[in-house]
Amino acid sequence: MIDRAPIPGYTLGGQLPASALCLVIQLLGLACFFYIVAKRVAPLMRAERDLRLDRPWLRLQKLMKFWFAQWKHPRYRVAGTLHLFIFAGFIILATRAFYLLIFGLSDDFAAPGAVARIYDIVADYAATLVFLAVSAAAIRRVFFKPERYSVPAKLGKGHPVDAIFLLGLIALLMTSESLFEASRAAIQMQRGLTPEFLPLLSLPWLLKDVFASASLAALWKLHLGAYLVDVLTFYFLLCYRPFGIQFHVETSLFNVFFAKLDRGTVKPVRWGVSDSQLDQVKSFGVKKFEDFTWKHMLDFYSCADCGRCSDNCPANAAGRPLSPRFLTTKARDYAFQHFPVFGKSNNSHALIGGIYSEDEIWSCTTCGACEEECPLLIEYIDKIVDLRRGMVDDGNVPKSIQKALKALESRGNPYGKMEKKKADWTKDKEFQQSCEVKVLNGSSTAETLFFVDSITSYDDRIQAIGRASARILTEAGEDFAILGAAEKDSGHDVRRFGEETLFMALRDHNTDAIKASGVKRIVTSDPHAFNALKHDYKDMPPVEHISQLIAREVKSGKLQLNPVENGNNVYTYHDPCYLGRHNQVYDDPRNVLDAVPGLKRVEMARCRDRSFCCGGGGLMLFYEPQEEERIGVQRVRMAAEAGANVIVTACPFCMVNIEDAIKVSGLEGKMTAIDLAELVDQQLVREPAKEQDAKVPDEVHA
Amino acid sequence: MTARIFAYIVHKDGVLDDTAAELLAAAKKIDPSASPTALVTGSGAELDTVCNSLCTSYAEVWKIASESLAYPNAELVRQALTKLLPAGALVLVPHNHFGIDLGPGLSIKMNAAFVSDVVGIDGVDGTALKVVRQEFGGQVSTHVRCNISSGAVINLRPGAFKPVQSAPVAGVVIDKSAEVGAVTAKRRYLTTVVAEAGDVDISKEPVLISIGRGIQEKDNIGIAEELAEAMGAVVSCSRPVVDAKWLPKSRQVGSSGQTVKPKIYLACGISGSFQHLAGLKGNPFIVAINKNPKAPIFQVAEVGIVTDMLEFLPELTNKIRAMKQVSV
Amino acid sequence: MEILVCARRVPDTSENEIQLNGAGNDIERDDLVYSINEPDNYAVEEALQIVAKSGGNVTVATVGTDEDEEILRREMAMGANHGVLLSDDAFNGSDGKGIATVLKGFVQKNRFDLVLTGVQAEDGGAQVGGMLAAMLDYPFASLVNSIEVVDGTKLKISREIEGGNREMSEIDLPCVLSIQTGINEPRYVGMRGIRQVASLEIPTYGASDLGVDAASVGEAAANVKRDDYFVPVLGKGATILEGSNEEIADKLIAMMKAKGGLQ
Repeated sequence: MIDRAPIPGYTLGGQLPASALCLVIQLLGLACFFYIVAKRVAPLMRAERDLRLDRPWLRLQKLMKFWFAQWKHPRYRVAGTLHLFIFAGFIILATRAFYLLIFGLSDDFAAPGAVARIYDIVADYAATLVFLAVSAAAIRRVFFKPERYSVPAKLGKGHPVDAIFLLGLIALLMTSESLFEASRAAIQMQRGLTPEFLPLLSLPWLLKDVFASASLAALWKLHLGAYLVDVLTFYFLLCYRPFGIQFHVETSLFNVFFAKLDRGTVKPVRWGVSDSQLDQVKSFGVKKFEDFTWKHMLDFYSCADCGRCSDNCPANAAGRPLSPRFLTTKARDYAFQHFPVFGKSNNSHALIGGIYSEDEIWSCTTCGACEEECPLLIEYIDKIVDLRRGMVDDGNVPKSIQKALKALESRGNPYGKMEKKKADWTKDKEFQQSCEVKVLNGSSTAETLFFVDSITSYDDRIQAIGRASARILTEAGEDFAILGAAEKDSGHDVRRFGEETLFMALRDHNTDAIKASGVKRIVTSDPHAFNALKHDYKDMPPVEHISQLIAREVKSGKLQLNPVENGNNVYTYHDPCYLGRHNQVYDDPRNVLDAVPGLKRVEMARCRDRSFCCGGGGLMLFYEPQEEERIGVQRVRMAAEAGANVIVTACPFCMVNIEDAIKVSGLEGKMTAIDLAELVDQQLVREPAKEQDAKVPDEVHA
Repeated sequence: MTARIFAYIVHKDGVLDDTAAELLAAAKKIDPSASPTALVTGSGAELDTVCNSLCTSYAEVWKIASESLAYPNAELVRQALTKLLPAGALVLVPHNHFGIDLGPGLSIKMNAAFVSDVVGIDGVDGTALKVVRQEFGGQVSTHVRCNISSGAVINLRPGAFKPVQSAPVAGVVIDKSAEVGAVTAKRRYLTTVVAEAGDVDISKEPVLISIGRGIQEKDNIGIAEELAEAMGAVVSCSRPVVDAKWLPKSRQVGSSGQTVKPKIYLACGISGSFQHLAGLKGNPFIVAINKNPKAPIFQVAEVGIVTDMLEFLPELTNKIRAMKQVSV
Repeated sequence: MEILVCARRVPDTSENEIQLNGAGNDIERDDLVYSINEPDNYAVEEALQIVAKSGGNVTVATVGTDEDEEILRREMAMGANHGVLLSDDAFNGSDGKGIATVLKGFVQKNRFDLVLTGVQAEDGGAQVGGMLAAMLDYPFASLVNSIEVVDGTKLKISREIEGGNREMSEIDLPCVLSIQTGINEPRYVGMRGIRQVASLEIPTYGASDLGVDAASVGEAAANVKRDDYFVPVLGKGATILEGSNEEIADKLIAMMKAKGGLQ
């Protein structure tokens, strides 16, 4: 590179300067690209608002972590590593690619300076690496065919050819670039010049020696040809990507920057429209494509179809008619079809009954596994909720859910039970002897509110969790009380099932009741209520899940735990979605279990942020999607595979689903489920005076 | 007691409906000395068979024969009866799909009172007939007074009145067809579409043999089906049975299944979860059969049997079969 | 097609035990919530579906008081074009015939091709539809579980009869049909929908507006009156039958016979 001799003019047929032709190609390529992108952006301009410019520093941090550092990719070892190589290679090569495109055919191509030289070396290796990674990816696609890329027959055909074609184009780009360099080096050698330095074992280095004996004329043609192929491939790729999954190369940067920042939350019905103005909004939710926000449309464009979401989706695993991957790709296909690059955009049709089915949208448990996994931070729950809002607005709600919603409207709980019976769970005789639960009814006060929520108040089995929690609070010396009849359902899943107006009514009622009670903090044994109070409600006192309180008091020594009686039991902890993934409480429950002397604990293969949903809580108990095998049954099997015979969970809905699943899978007697609060209640070291009553938790085993 | 009592007789294929005897029993409750008149509409030889078979229990049988009455179309029957019935008559009608069609309109045309779905009769007090009805899915009952001074149509719940044994009477058949003459209707019967086999609506069945996990395996379902057959009942189930795909979803009782309102509910091997009981309405007579004496179903059941259903049900089936054999 | 649906507001008792008040003359209503009678809701849905196909309007009417407006609004939120409250002190205490008389007055003041009611109310007797039809001399069918519009003059309907069988008939318009649950899947009415119709004016008509003779309705004219309410006696917790399986089976058979479950 140091003494690069001028080489005879780059011409075609000796007449036309090659640079002129290339300039034409480049201008055309760029024009095409911008035209296509403009067409792709068109639906985003007609989309709903989405406010995504808040907290720019946090966004930049996320960008660095999830985009630049590819944080999620290694969660899938092979594909993730390959992608890391390709991505890193692209980043490195991007500079050179543009440099090459602009100055490649000028006579003073050489970039000056040592930095440039080092960059060149790095870039040559990067190109080689990309080439190898792309080849490996292609081999993987062709010969190993990972399951998650397959497309079920009802959803059309897979696109392995497209994938291979794109990988091939990248390989071609890398090859042509290397050929270009290698041929130049070969020419320089033949002309007796010192060839520019090509790093050892890099692609150009390998190719250079292949051409060493070629004729000068042939090399010239090769050199020029490689350049042309490179330019054409580059622009072809640039313009081809917006037609398929490779568009993420362009959109990912934006998609990650504008990604959702807050876990556990649900998007507002309309961004920038306050609750009080909602009555003026004509239509709720997403009914047609243009009802999606621009960011959600960007999500559709950004999906690389890697299938990780669906690979982790419990609904998909159970054979429910939902697969997050296809939720996205069907919308993308819709966008491509109705907002075509050539021709006019079409009037849009209803999405439900069109590209989506009702069952598909009701099938989601909102567990968040898909979002946790997506390397591009694509959002699913908000879209599902928006689609459900649309269905609710149209009156299109399955009968069993209608019943529950009506009961929530009239009675404040999905079972239609009377309000005055809300505190009946505290009136169990044996329980009352050992534990008294205050009801905040105006005359009494308390420091801590125990927010019970519907299922724990009314379900016979789950009431035991409420009583265990109350006994723990008592032992921990908490000054606590419940709202009793004044407490309505938290509305957590009312909101996630798309009934925003009803949710708001429940939220407002509870907010008033909680504020009037004057409590300083809230504790609940229900992760759904926990998430609602924490994220869906505003201006609440600090909220804790009972497992957090137990962990703290066990650490402080206020709560002491007896050793396990049966040393043969093997425990495993099942992370409830709304405690784990949505609120990142993974360690507290585990620490509590590990604080029980002699307790043997194993982890399931899918745990913590990859935990597998129990089948869905809240209103999901009232809806039964078509499925091949219940989600809970699969979860119980996972526990058995881990060698456990006791599943510990910390959510009433998990308890309902897992206990049912144990029965269904015929593991009764071999496997049991217990709530963390129940377990702690059993193991608590009580003062001698109370020892007698401590035998009460017998009910857990009944 | 001056009002004359009439009983509308439902029959099919020449065979009397069970309600024919029940209406007679109900008439005796209104007035122990009553001798109600049977009203029979229809056509052909079948009608004669029916009329003749009524003669042992009803002193007078009014036969109303007409080709247009071959199928019991309530509108046509109403026209016929309106022409025949004397003022102030008490007409007893079974509260089934036909009686629901006939009763209300007939009372208007007779300018008489109407009480529907009566489950008990306490007698007459002056011009008031005192009856018992149920409301809110049978959760509460009410005593109702019905003014019968200008006659009444009283729809009686089938099965609510036990036929009483009484000495046979030598009834006469009186052909009233000529007095009726021609009748026409603005509603015309076309055909009856028979429900597909297996297409059972458990929500409307009076007796359910409901099975839960206690059935243990698919092959055991036959045990419940045999009992159901012997009792003339239908098999329903709790969720685990459907999950195991041993019975179709349409058979599931519970919050995510069907809501049922049977009279009798045999809960066999069902623990009685909250979700399951949510589908059980209308104060049925619940019999719980479960190995586990702590099963919550015993809290809501009226009668409990702590035993293995797989042993008990065949025993019960045999007993019922034997009983039916004797009574035939 | 102009369709009238006659609806009623009833206490929703599906999930809770009904208790009697102290005097025993009514059920304890303080803790009850009210909603539209379920079959009436199916009737409205059916009317909306017919109108969606054949055009026309759906009017929902109820005989009651201001409190009953809530169900009219709910059905209007569902899609009914009009809600009408038929209210007059003279109507209080009406029996089924009295209510049918009021409705007859309303029907005669308007023109309806089709009048629908729910098959039965939780506290009613499946009677108003049949009475109304007889008063108007319209044909009537109860327990209707499908409706097909043949042309502007007649419908093809099916009724639910024993054993899940369906009786198919042709019926001339105008007519009255009482609708059985399950005929369709009523759409969901959310709180939002109800709020949107909350401020609409609901016309109220009294006896004189409807040309109803006040003496023919109300408590005085009622032929059927409730004396009191009582709860059928129920045991608390199961009576456990003891003995061998054979002995228990005998006892159980006797019990089921007494309950009418075994003939």
